[in-house]
Amino acid sequence: MTSTGIFALTATSLVGLGLFSVMTNPQPLRKIIAFNVIGNGVFLLFGVVAHRGAAAGLGADPVPQALVITGIVVAFSATALAVALLLRLAKQTPLPTLGTDDGSDGDLA
Amino acid sequence: MALAFDTGLALLVLVLAAWTIWVQDTFSAVLAFVVLGLLVALIWVRLQSVDVALTEAAIGSGVTGALLLTAAAFLRPTERAVAPLGAAWCTAAGSLSAIITVGLGAIALLLPDPAPTLAPLAVASLPQSGLGNPVTGVLFVYRALDTLLEKVVLVLALVGVWSLAADHVWGGIPALRPATRPDSTLTFLAQLLPPVGLMLGIYMCWTGADHPGGAFQGGALLTAMWLLVMLAGVRAAPATGLLSLRLLLIVGPTIFLVIGLAGFALAGAFLAYPAGYAKALIIVAEAALTLSIGVTLGLLAVGPAERARNS
Repeated sequence: MTSTGIFALTATSLVGLGLFSVMTNPQPLRKIIAFNVIGNGVFLLFGVVAHRGAAAGLGADPVPQALVITGIVVAFSATALAVALLLRLAKQTPLPTLGTDDGSDGDLA
Repeated sequence: MALAFDTGLALLVLVLAAWTIWVQDTFSAVLAFVVLGLLVALIWVRLQSVDVALTEAAIGSGVTGALLLTAAAFLRPTERAVAPLGAAWCTAAGSLSAIITVGLGAIALLLPDPAPTLAPLAVASLPQSGLGNPVTGVLFVYRALDTLLEKVVLVLALVGVWSLAADHVWGGIPALRPATRPDSTLTFLAQLLPPVGLMLGIYMCWTGADHPGGAFQGGALLTAMWLLVMLAGVRAAPATGLLSLRLLLIVGPTIFLVIGLAGFALAGAFLAYPAGYAKALIIVAEAALTLSIGVTLGLLAVGPAERARNS
């Protein structure tokens, strides 16, 4: 297997791992982190596609590269907004969680 | 040899990803995520996409890491043992994730050969713009509209973050407390590093026309220096209502937009550059954008106002 193939599998594994964590971890901050892991995987897939498209003396197709640079910045903005929402939520309610609502949420104040 | 290195790198990335996901303590998870980002940046270098590697290391790993660390520290008291999901749910989620991973992997390995590419097209028209870096070419010439809209997204995200401030502190100061005593090593670094970082940021923006680098990477470096100064307590976070700060936020997108609109008159299309002036205009836009990106990313990382301006 080539290096590109190995990185392609790494990328898809990152997507899978992140997806699993988004679905199973009840803590919102962990979901945000997992979302970023998925993002890393998706961006790397772009990188693999870019590298496969190496031509005209370039090591990688510049169009997917530019898309990923834009993507990383937008992913950061979305993460910052999500974190700000979460911190605001944490100030309003004692225990921000998306887990089972069994009423055991204590008051931490 | 290269293959062995790449395999090791890939395995390390997967181990760190697993660590990020399964470690109990969120603080450790964030640290693992930061290291993961740096290693992913190495993969980008191996994929010969140095521009992306710089962006990933600076923004995807660095600034995102700073943001997540602050949040993890704040949320630590609330981080009690949350009831984990049942085994059945985990199995179902695991199976679904595995199916998606295998499916995506198959698609990624069975991509058509030879791969479709826009590289020859991108290189063919590049000399007209006077740029030497094809990625900057795509960002500021071929897909300039995407780049412009992305700047607007950054500002919109900041508006969203700021709007989470309470009414009575609107325009006030974000709650970023210095993480250290005023005589610590961090303070020393925060006084020593910023001039060097500033230079590097400006260089990165300037060199982006011909070599890896550009407005995003340069801006992210400025952000890193600014965050360092604020975290060390050398300078306090600014009031979000400051007029000068708000002007800095929009100067980049505004100049880019003005250049874009001038394209109607001078070159017959939105975001078209008149012949011979492309590189000069792009560098003016990039310089302004570097400043705006640096300020916007920093403000996104420190969050909404928490206390009133004059308190």
